[in-house]
Amino acid sequence: MSEKNNQAYWHANLRLMLLLLVIWFSVSFLAGIIFVDFLNQFHLYGYKLGFWFSQQGAIYFFVLLIFFYAWRMNALDKKFGVEEE
Amino acid sequence: MSAQVLTYLFVGASFALYVGIAIWSRSSSTKEFYVAGGHVNPVANGAATAADWMSAASFLSMAGIIAFEGADGARYLMGWTGGYVLLALLLAPYLRKFSKFTVPDFVGDRYYSQTARLVAVVCVIFISFTYVAGQMRGVGIVFSRFLEVDINTGVIIGMGIVFFYAVLGGMKGITYTQVAQYCVLIFAYLVPAIYISIALTGNPLPMFGLGSTLADGSGVYLLDKLDGLTTELGMAAFTSGNKSTIDMLFITAALMAGTAGLPHVIVRFFTVPKVRDARISAGYALVFIALLYTTAPAVAAFARMNIINNVDGMTYEDAPSWFSKWEDSGLIAWRDKNKDGVVQYRGGNALAPAKPVFTGERGRSGERILGNSDSTSENELYIDRDIIVLAHPEIAQLPNWVIALVAAGGLAAALSTAAGLLLVISSAVSHDLMKKTFKPGITERQELLLARISAAVAIGIAGLFGIYPPGFVAEVVAFAFGLAAASFFPVLLLGIFYKRMNKEAAISGMITGLVFTFAYIAYFKFVSPADNNPDHWWFGISPEGIGTLGMLANFVVSLIVCRLTPPPPAEVQALGENIRVPH
Repeated sequence: MSEKNNQAYWHANLRLMLLLLVIWFSVSFLAGIIFVDFLNQFHLYGYKLGFWFSQQGAIYFFVLLIFFYAWRMNALDKKFGVEEE
Repeated sequence: MSAQVLTYLFVGASFALYVGIAIWSRSSSTKEFYVAGGHVNPVANGAATAADWMSAASFLSMAGIIAFEGADGARYLMGWTGGYVLLALLLAPYLRKFSKFTVPDFVGDRYYSQTARLVAVVCVIFISFTYVAGQMRGVGIVFSRFLEVDINTGVIIGMGIVFFYAVLGGMKGITYTQVAQYCVLIFAYLVPAIYISIALTGNPLPMFGLGSTLADGSGVYLLDKLDGLTTELGMAAFTSGNKSTIDMLFITAALMAGTAGLPHVIVRFFTVPKVRDARISAGYALVFIALLYTTAPAVAAFARMNIINNVDGMTYEDAPSWFSKWEDSGLIAWRDKNKDGVVQYRGGNALAPAKPVFTGERGRSGERILGNSDSTSENELYIDRDIIVLAHPEIAQLPNWVIALVAAGGLAAALSTAAGLLLVISSAVSHDLMKKTFKPGITERQELLLARISAAVAIGIAGLFGIYPPGFVAEVVAFAFGLAAASFFPVLLLGIFYKRMNKEAAISGMITGLVFTFAYIAYFKFVSPADNNPDHWWFGISPEGIGTLGMLANFVVSLIVCRLTPPPPAEVQALGENIRVPH
């Protein structure tokens, strides 16, 4: 495959990665630590919201992020013709 | 049947299973020994990674820490899971494409330098031994408490089992045993949690039970009730934290980057057949890990609740048998400060210094007399955090078979992690040190023999750590994560994403990160422990979180040095290009 194609593939990969890392940062460092007290005034069932993010929610998001990345990358591999046999 | 007979039965059956798997999956080549031949199914690799990753600390200690620290425990929950996002997005697929056996392999080849490889080998060995010491200790504790054998005998039995499947099977044996160990440990963790969740909240799923109302018909949320109880007894409310925001941020980041940089986790992604398997396998691993990590805070809150309800206000003479058994092991202590024969559980440390020192005599109610001074608090009870997971099924009066199951689960968690670490140590010695550095001429058979010998020696040393635990095991765990975050993570990340990155930058960055982090932790833990408080920490960052600052220093130094030194040779730049595409 051409160098140009590989470059385009790499940039699509970087864009996706960046988006997912922003979410990763938001659900853990922002919601679970920096804004935890602010979010704690809201409730999710018996959980204070900030407490939920830091002890439950962030972990669920992490799982979703990885599966979403794997799924999108498989599609990108195909689109740019760089998938493994 | 008594809990002890059942424990023998469960532990014996699980050990027989591990040995059986080891015999079935012997390794016959170095590729099988180091990376299980490179054809492990991604789901199996996910389960093996989860067992590899979840150590005695995750299984035995984490819920205990959260039980007593409440909201601050989140740094472990997020730190030890968030690292997998970094691993899946930033490292695993590219390292799999590179397709070698060890982490120093990548460092040595990408940075075309034996010095870089050697620095990496030293880091790998140091990090892994630090970690393995704690595992063997965990094995000893479970054996001594549940099977009532001596701690040393327990450690030796544990060593024997690990020796059998690690030396015989290498990575192949370890991988399939870890899959079995994951099943044992997650079952052992979930069963008591579900039992207790139903008893307290009526909800069978602990992660939802934690957010439910109590089953006593009061309609009060469990967490609100617990906040009320803790505040009433003069303790910090369960859902509020004590640590400063900056310290929480730095510790969580250090644990995340450390997780992504730990060699025994990374090497698991060399065992799957394809790049796309590496991506999805990290996802499966995190699902398996999340099952335990989202249950842990529920176990913590339930345990805290049960301890307050069952122990506070109890007459010592009527104490249940678990209380006196753990007191006999020295992990619970009680001083009757107001001489009423009743246990008062309040905020603050009961004793000064905080850890109990037993004089060997018994007091009026039959309790073990302590040589400590009284603290200023009215609290009379000392509970070691590490016993929460093991003691909780007894505190909650669950059936004997559940108690036996927890013992087997704790052993599975400790043994699976120990085996993974020992393999990393053995391959660092036989592959990176011997084959790649000092004795390049050895044949594959010799290398394989060497790998087995170094695995055996490493097990012996790990066992010694378990029998004669260095007093600083708990302290040095901060080292393992801090050093992995400050050394490997930046070097791997820049090696993949920055083609201009050269050996001068990598070596100076790694050394900066290592020396800085090592010095900071050593200063506060060993040189001047009295100063180990927020007033003396830099920017309020504890030694636990300093790895993040070390990592930032590593990045800065690397990027500056890289600008001032020549770019890497063309073939290394081509390698950097090549790992970016899967095919």
